[in-house]
Amino acid sequence: MVAVYERTYQNATKVTRKANPFGFDPIFAALSKAAAITVLVLLAGIMASMIYGGWPAFREFGFGFLTGTQWDTMNDRYGGLPAIVGTLSTALIAMVIGVPLSIGTAIYLTQLAPAWFKRPVGTAVELLAAVPSIIYGMWGLFVFVPLFAAYFQVPVSQVVEGMPIVGTILYARSPSGLGILSAGIILAFMIVPFIASLTRDMLDQIPTVLRESAYGIGCTTWEVVRHVLLPQAGVSIVGAVMLGLGRALGETMAVTFVIGNANRLSASIMDPGSTIASRIASEFNEALGMQMNALIGLGCVLFFVTFVVLVIARILVSRVKQY
Amino acid sequence: MSQMAVQDAPSAAAPNKDAKVCIGVKNLDFYYGGFHALKNVNMNFFDRQVTAMIGPSGCGKSTLLRVFNRIYSLYPEQRATGEVMLDGRNIISDNVDINELRARIGMVFQKPTPFPMSIYDNCAFGMRLYEKLSKSELDDRVEQALRKAALWDEVKDKLKQSGMGLSGGQQQRMCIARTIAQQPDVILFDEPTSALDPISTGKIEELIEELRADFSIVIVTHNMQQAARISQYTAFMYLGELIEFGPTTKIFMEPEQKRTLDYVTGRFG
Amino acid sequence: MSDTTANAAPQGQVKWGRVRQSRRISDKVLRVFATVSTMLAVFVLFWILGMLIWKGGQGISLDLFTKITPGPGTAGGGLLNAIVGSIVLTFLGIAIATPIGVMAGTYLAEYGKGSKLADLVRFINDILLSAPSILIGLFVYVILVMPFRGYSGWAGSIALAIIALPVIVRTTEDMLRLVPNSLREAGAALGAPPSIVIRQISWRAAKAGIVTGILLALARIAGETAPLLFTALNNSFWFNWNLTGGISNLPVTIYAFASAPYDNWQQLAWAGALLITAAILALSIGARSLLNRK
Repeated sequence: MVAVYERTYQNATKVTRKANPFGFDPIFAALSKAAAITVLVLLAGIMASMIYGGWPAFREFGFGFLTGTQWDTMNDRYGGLPAIVGTLSTALIAMVIGVPLSIGTAIYLTQLAPAWFKRPVGTAVELLAAVPSIIYGMWGLFVFVPLFAAYFQVPVSQVVEGMPIVGTILYARSPSGLGILSAGIILAFMIVPFIASLTRDMLDQIPTVLRESAYGIGCTTWEVVRHVLLPQAGVSIVGAVMLGLGRALGETMAVTFVIGNANRLSASIMDPGSTIASRIASEFNEALGMQMNALIGLGCVLFFVTFVVLVIARILVSRVKQY
Repeated sequence: MSQMAVQDAPSAAAPNKDAKVCIGVKNLDFYYGGFHALKNVNMNFFDRQVTAMIGPSGCGKSTLLRVFNRIYSLYPEQRATGEVMLDGRNIISDNVDINELRARIGMVFQKPTPFPMSIYDNCAFGMRLYEKLSKSELDDRVEQALRKAALWDEVKDKLKQSGMGLSGGQQQRMCIARTIAQQPDVILFDEPTSALDPISTGKIEELIEELRADFSIVIVTHNMQQAARISQYTAFMYLGELIEFGPTTKIFMEPEQKRTLDYVTGRFG
Repeated sequence: MSDTTANAAPQGQVKWGRVRQSRRISDKVLRVFATVSTMLAVFVLFWILGMLIWKGGQGISLDLFTKITPGPGTAGGGLLNAIVGSIVLTFLGIAIATPIGVMAGTYLAEYGKGSKLADLVRFINDILLSAPSILIGLFVYVILVMPFRGYSGWAGSIALAIIALPVIVRTTEDMLRLVPNSLREAGAALGAPPSIVIRQISWRAAKAGIVTGILLALARIAGETAPLLFTALNNSFWFNWNLTGGISNLPVTIYAFASAPYDNWQQLAWAGALLITAAILALSIGARSLLNRK
């Protein structure tokens, strides 16, 4: 039944085939795979170089590198505790101030802003995220810090002086405006546009039906946000917040300008301090020998802290794609 | 949609009884992951004839079409077993060069798929891949293809413009031109008119009728009148099985199976 | 619901005002708080821009673009060498990152369907996207500056390339995913192998989006300071195309000059800050409008 098939078209032109037309195809596939693997190699390389560069310091000081408080370049004794505490406390302050503002901004942009206003305001918020760190630093040092010293540090210190607990935490011995709190506030301004635009995108992904049906049964905006939007986007908003935290932990230039760069473990957030990143930025170019290793060792600590934060963040954020 | 079998009376040319087999399908099974989508399909497609495949949605007619140019191989979870003979070779065994196979079996999709390039480049795309052609030969072949696709007069002055700027019907005819420019043996049409208006649909149907002189054609359609109008052979599929295959006149006027009769008279589907 | 009951109520008693006071207040608080947060963010943006224009604008002059950075205590001077150095470093960084980033993004979108490697790369790329830039500076210091004993333009642009790379990978993948699969099938149906479908169809269809990603990466690295501190460093000499030595650049110059005790240095720092911010905002706006135009 099956006849031998042959092709005889009246007007078929003679076809000259190219020999092996697609020799490039496997090469292209291999190149793209190699490029993808480069990404993995880079992260592994960063991790390895931090461990390698910091190793002499870890070996010399052991666990004391994390718990020691002295940073003595004369005798080559290095402990990272003040910088680690400074990193964590500036980031914490930034989160406490920045997260509510970010979520408020995202709610305004998605629920409250009039349609014609959404685009320009949204763009302004995104542009704020694009302003480089060093500009925040200059604004912080030359504009914010003097105002902060005169209108916040001085009066607050006078009020809280002598009071238990707040008298310690909020008292500025030398109200210069520089310090942990200033750095935390500048960081908060830096992460607000970042977290806000991520959260806005997540809220936008929630199907309109859900929101409309809640409004339809007479919910107020607060109730829709509280009972519909936040629970729906909750996990991924936590992810966005964690991404902001990762950014706050590693932020360098802005912090270096306003934190005062003191190696001091102070109970007051009004006092100057330092973060891992600011310590590295301000000392690295003059560092030699063990000091250099200690700085890279601090970098290694920063790497692992942000790595953990970012891994958690990405796992939480990726959940949102299930919509 | 159709009330009586008589209204669907085939109007296309009668089948050529001497036509050779161009694609022979034997014991074909197809799986989407764990889902058994085609069950033991056996049938022949004839050279320079139009074969229509009809059946309710999900019956496997498009799946069968996608086996012939192995487009399913783009998706790792889809696989076929059995025999699909073309020109003496089983095309679903692994020693077939898939790209060359696809150059020999053209396909026109449900929605127009203009590439983001000029009309000329769209039409020259397939030829440039496989053939060594001079500029003038290429120009000739592009013109030939566009003429055959009844599009030349509408686009001859704007060959350098983007193919995305054409209307839906023009885009679809450009896609047909792109396919026939490559001079394939077989052209597969996957519901080519379902996204088009009635006038464009009419043009495409006329075109298919003319293309039959040069190409074997397989067309999937959910429009039974269309099948009756343009095909010499019709296959009716249902739930992954080939229920009945034969000359279009027979399938529409005196089908052997009751399910075929029910479907072509509009009692279900 | 309340509407229908209100309209249907025959006695016409409790129609309006059924929303409890506490609900009204919580709603009001939210609305005010959300509006104030947004206005605060917008206010800070304009404050920063205003400050830059006010302080930096005074320093914009012909000298800024024609003279090199002054030495300590020397009057006058400009930023010519820093501007040129920054442009070279940034574009070199993008030139290194673009081919790798586009290819990696292509792998993720086109080849990596259901592959474990692609999932891992996607995840790690997202981590790299938010990794602190100072660590990338340290990394390049350890692998390039330390072994070759010297700061160099190359090290600087490689550090910038590593920061740009994940941005390009991510946007390339996202943009390629927006290309409808039917186009790929149509290309394959004409006998085109994957590499041709990708280069002639997918890339073309996603061109505007991929270019947007590259512009955003450019905006991202143009103002990066921290990684350049340990890699390209700075010099106050005329730019001489020698990428194996330290190279002057805007961000590090701004950092060094901003808190220096010389008035002309401070003035130059502000002018530089204005230039760099204007460039970055222009790039961001350009990238956005390119994407929206499509």
